Amino acid sequence: MLEQGALAGFLGLGVLISFRFFRFPDLTAEGSYPLGGAVTAALLVAGVDPILSTLAAVAAGVLAGIATALIHTKLRINNIVAGIIAMTALYTVNLRVMGRANISLLSVRTLYDQATDLLGVSAQGETAVTIVLTFLLLVGAAAALAWFLHTDLGLAVRATGENQAMIRSLGVDTDRTKLIGLGLSNGAIALSGALVAQDHGFADIGMGIGILVSGAAAVMIGEALFGDGSIERWVVATIVGALVYHFLVAFALRVGLAPVDLKLITAILLLVALALPRWRAKPA
Amino acid sequence: MTQPMLTLQDVGKTYLVGTLNEVRALDRISLTLAAGDFVTVIGSNGAGKSTLLNAIAGLVVPDAGRIVLDDQDITTAPVHRRATLIGRIAQDPTDSTCASMSIAENLAMAASRGRPRGLRRAVTITRAADFAARLTTVGLGLEQRLHTRIGTLSGGQRQAVALLMAAIAGPHLLLLDEHLANLDPRTAGVVMTLTGQLVAGSGLTTLMVTHNMAQAITWGNRLVMMHAGRIIYEASGTEKAALTVEALVSRFHTASGADLVDDRVLLAS
Repeated sequence: MLEQGALAGFLGLGVLISFRFFRFPDLTAEGSYPLGGAVTAALLVAGVDPILSTLAAVAAGVLAGIATALIHTKLRINNIVAGIIAMTALYTVNLRVMGRANISLLSVRTLYDQATDLLGVSAQGETAVTIVLTFLLLVGAAAALAWFLHTDLGLAVRATGENQAMIRSLGVDTDRTKLIGLGLSNGAIALSGALVAQDHGFADIGMGIGILVSGAAAVMIGEALFGDGSIERWVVATIVGALVYHFLVAFALRVGLAPVDLKLITAILLLVALALPRWRAKPA
Repeated sequence: MTQPMLTLQDVGKTYLVGTLNEVRALDRISLTLAAGDFVTVIGSNGAGKSTLLNAIAGLVVPDAGRIVLDDQDITTAPVHRRATLIGRIAQDPTDSTCASMSIAENLAMAASRGRPRGLRRAVTITRAADFAARLTTVGLGLEQRLHTRIGTLSGGQRQAVALLMAAIAGPHLLLLDEHLANLDPRTAGVVMTLTGQLVAGSGLTTLMVTHNMAQAITWGNRLVMMHAGRIIYEASGTEKAALTVEALVSRFHTASGADLVDDRVLLAS
């Protein structure tokens, strides 16, 4: 549960960039998340080192984000439509990368197996190693993102979503900042997919279905709990939001709801997360 | 006249070409600004004042003529390319700043105008000190609120920050598009005084569109009156200094043959 929440943290950070800073739901996520899983799985099965396989997955995600940005900026296609086009194309790409609908990773060494061996921990300790390693990576990614958003380039990326005309008048090529923002966003989302595949022991063509909504749920639950504020607050809120979301999902399953009910539960959670701040802000 | 800073040569722009609603916003207009000129632009609604500024800023691409700024032909250059040379403030205070970002972050974005933006921290200690010093000259106490979100400031305070942002990276031309129009009269007075100080202090070449005739007469060394996409009257030096609002209004009637049907212009006088 903690593990699932942490793994979804990367997804949350990716969606934070597109959904919160660029202010549109980037459906590329539905393709870049399984792309991360597919690239890692295909490379691992081919005998490539787990670290390299994971990095390759991130690079593939960045490229997917760049593709969406190019469709949007160069062909002047609406950003949501651009995301849908990329998502659709990526379905085929993912199938081609994997060669079939799913790849099992049970017989190959993943990043987590490697870390467990390296630390000399017994097989029973692998869960603990997985949680610790995932959290370390997540904290690293979160710190890097927060740092980036405070740089000259990071400010330009943030302003691109908020006031495009203004940041253009300050000499910023917003086609480029969109490319960078969506590249980073989908890189983080692909990393999430790559780590999930290695943790679960398989990559599946359908693993991305509804993933944008869970990412957005993390962002919005975080916002409902923390309010909006500084960049650091946004980033921490999103990670906590991902953990809370997975905690609530696990709780719902434990009290007897069936896995088939999950999407409905997610929808209700989203609704509550969205309605809560408004309801609270209403004057007494 | 010294070396021209800005030259507009027969610049034309027609909207909705070939329709019943065809509008000739700029009718082969020519205008030259010397370095250090502070030109005020007045005219009725739809005279083409904003189109003129937008053509210079790159928001509107003219369909005829040439615009040369500092020896560079910028007629069709994209906004972000000519931005190194031009500082611009729009009428709506929400247009020129980013509400969710702090005063310091907004100033930092402006300070990096025309420079490659890399992975250096935007608001450094040195920069913050520089921003605080600049804000102190404004006299609104904003130097104490460097890390406050711009969105929480009043319209006047936002325009004051926008003014500093427009000038911070040393542009060659300042474009003010009715930047006082949304402010209450007292705040507008404060921001206008600030504008005057800034322009005088840096010798910045400035083009200011205003609907306030008194302001157009008081500020700047040249005045341009527009109507139907053309310049119908120009004054500078002693002729401009001697102008009155009444004289300007009658000038408008004789030169345009139209009524100055803009309530704001009359009220503002």
